[in-house]
Amino acid sequence: MTPATKSAASTTATSLTPLGVPLGRRVLDAGPVLALVLMVVVFSVISGRFLTVPNAGSIANQASILLVLAVGSTFVILLGGIDLSIEGVMATSSLVTVLLAHNDRNGLDLGYFAVLVGAAVGAVFGLVNGLLHTRMRIPSFMVTLGTGAIGIGIATVLFGGQPPRLLDDGLRAWGTERVAGFPRLLLIAVLVLALGYLIQRLTRIGRYILVIGGDEQIAKLSGVSVPRYKMYAFVLSGTASGLAGAMASTQLGVGDVQVGSGQMFATITAVVVGGTALTGGRGGVLQTLIGVLLISVLANGLILVGVNPSIQRSVQGVVIVLAIAATAWTQRHRLRVIK
Amino acid sequence: MTEPGPLAGASAGPVLELRGVTKRFPGVVALDDVSIRVAPHEVVGLIGENGAGKSTVLKILSGVYQPDEGVLLMRGEPVRFRGPRDAARAGIGIVHQEQSLVGSVSVAENLLLGVEGRSVRGGFYRWSELNARAERQLAKIGSKISPTARVNSLTFAQRQMIEVVKAISVEDHAHAEPVVVFDEPTSVLAGEDLETLFGQIERLRSRASVIFVSHRLDEVLRVSDRVYVLKDGRCVAEREPGSVDTKELYRLMVGRASSGQYYREEEQGTFDNTVDDAEEVLGADGLTLRGRFSDVSFSVRRGEVLGIAGVVGSGREDLCRAIFGAEPVDGGELRVGGKRVRFRVPADAVRAGVGYIPAERRFEGVAMGMSVAENILLADSSATSVGPFAVPRRRAALVKEWIDRLRIRTPDSGTDVASLSGGNQQKVVLAKWMSSPKLRVLVLDHPTRGLDVGAKEDVYRFVREMCAQGLAIVLLSDTLEETIGLSHRVLVMRDGQVAARFDAAPGAKPTQVDLVEQMV
Repeated sequence: MTPATKSAASTTATSLTPLGVPLGRRVLDAGPVLALVLMVVVFSVISGRFLTVPNAGSIANQASILLVLAVGSTFVILLGGIDLSIEGVMATSSLVTVLLAHNDRNGLDLGYFAVLVGAAVGAVFGLVNGLLHTRMRIPSFMVTLGTGAIGIGIATVLFGGQPPRLLDDGLRAWGTERVAGFPRLLLIAVLVLALGYLIQRLTRIGRYILVIGGDEQIAKLSGVSVPRYKMYAFVLSGTASGLAGAMASTQLGVGDVQVGSGQMFATITAVVVGGTALTGGRGGVLQTLIGVLLISVLANGLILVGVNPSIQRSVQGVVIVLAIAATAWTQRHRLRVIK
Repeated sequence: MTEPGPLAGASAGPVLELRGVTKRFPGVVALDDVSIRVAPHEVVGLIGENGAGKSTVLKILSGVYQPDEGVLLMRGEPVRFRGPRDAARAGIGIVHQEQSLVGSVSVAENLLLGVEGRSVRGGFYRWSELNARAERQLAKIGSKISPTARVNSLTFAQRQMIEVVKAISVEDHAHAEPVVVFDEPTSVLAGEDLETLFGQIERLRSRASVIFVSHRLDEVLRVSDRVYVLKDGRCVAEREPGSVDTKELYRLMVGRASSGQYYREEEQGTFDNTVDDAEEVLGADGLTLRGRFSDVSFSVRRGEVLGIAGVVGSGREDLCRAIFGAEPVDGGELRVGGKRVRFRVPADAVRAGVGYIPAERRFEGVAMGMSVAENILLADSSATSVGPFAVPRRRAALVKEWIDRLRIRTPDSGTDVASLSGGNQQKVVLAKWMSSPKLRVLVLDHPTRGLDVGAKEDVYRFVREMCAQGLAIVLLSDTLEETIGLSHRVLVMRDGQVAARFDAAPGAKPTQVDLVEQMV
């Protein structure tokens, strides 16, 4: 009775990634990738020092911590939420990590375990964010703005007027040493990236976060425990911030309240510029990698080219506005009311 | 092909039964003692006008609502669903009118969302197994859509097919033959896609029971073994296709013979149709919006109501939005007061004197959280301001005037609109537009939806007053009865085209059947 539909299953072989995951139409948006290539070309032409191994190393040095933060944040933004507690969590984690490791303030010497505690502090922040957001139904930007301030407050108390110095040589080495021109922290960042990609592609947490970001109502009606998966996203983001706080401390050699200064702006910019939509449901960890590279290359290039440091921040602001306008351009008809 | 005979549901042990179900909401009885039976492998049609109770039945079947009285039985056992999951577990699958697929992930993930089972182990997806399971599901209806395709990249008809597959898949968890409920599935399909859907329903017959909810009567008759007619929350008839035609069904569904009184036809102005378009206020020639409607022409004179009839998807909603500038048209000409206009955004239309009263009052019509006064003053400020400055005294006077004129029941003008009843909210919307001195055309998009009888009469009175003041009115109504009762002329749309035009002068109104014949 129907038109012939017998030829079924034969045409199902579409492109698959190595992990057997649906590729969809494309994994990355062409725009950010092209912008990155363009930027690299332009900076290479203007400055002879840009395309060198030492410079790649210093870009990596800047990008490592940002990448960790951005991978974590990607999950919250995929949900359609936002995590503004990054800098506060980094501050608390920085102080906690340094005060637990070998330092000049107390007699503790927990070594690498201190870093784990730092990340765990971040996870707790994430959990609190998630709980407040889902149970008390407070918009995520409000919740995280508040907990971020709390994080700064806790860090200030721990700081006590004098930065505790990190004396653990092993930890210091992670933050300062380079292997073949690249910082050791890059290794951590790459591991976090891989882990983030795995979570996004292969785990229920990652897939459901994408589903909830796509349409929360449908997810709920399908029996998905929406609050639980939202919570996971905030915990992932918080853990990443905690780890980043510890990483930054190994770089600086002190525990500092200001350790994450400017990172929240850079993180959100990186995620969004990479192609993850602020409305949720679109984008991912690989897009974020491109975004992080874009931001880092831009910052590095502006310095090399000799742009006045005081206007570099403004240039970054222009870039994010342009990027959001570009990603939202195709959807502007659907978003009839913008708040 | 159709195995069970007529009324088989009575004898053959129904797979699903609603017995004396009543559902009340504050102020309304949505369902009143409704009984429906569905036999195994039977296709049951459920028809009714908007507000007749179809969607309440649907929500009870899908576990969103629980009946206040009466019982729901599955295979003879009384069941009580606490939520959509329970309904799915009991074997009821719904093909929603608004699609329930998540565009950001793959077909397979959508099909198995929430029921991944063995395909996710320890929180990790086993894609090959998930995709294979999805492919088996898809094969049930002979679909060749790839399980790994992202839903965003599919066409509308393909997505509907996925919906059907998803609905059938409840059988895996219920371990019994499912009941698949189609909620107005044909309103968005046409041509070949429609045939595919009917083919699917025919195929489903061998493995499931089907409830087909629709208001397209010919289609219901075509696919159903039995048809239930709902009207005002009651089940008013049960018919078999062999013994009834669309006209009879329509009469049952609408169930009112004459309605001239209700709409006070004698108070409607009359027009001399021989001097056509002499006083045209709103006119259109060959208006086209690609994919929605094409080549629509009409003319509305001073004091005239033009009713536009058509089923969902006929393009009348889009036309309505186009007249108000919410959808820029691709071609054709629109005239207001004899002058050619081109609306890119609603503000253009407002400037030209076109007002719009939307169907989704709650979302588009009033600004909840703002006061009655603020809402009334939203649309036009020229009368109450000097240059860029608002004059509080004039504003207050204007607000008071309209609260009195429309008899808006509100404690005072500073009350939050959200706390008013639906009828009074609607009046606030009306006041907003009527208070504008520039207003020449008013587009009424389902102005009485969700209102009770008294509030409806207020709206009708208002329409007559507006006509008397010389406005041109374009009316889209929920019911044909209302369309005919209020309009001077009626335009019937079908598949984006003007299918027919009727003169509806008082005393010489077309019948609903006349219109239906052109609509479907």
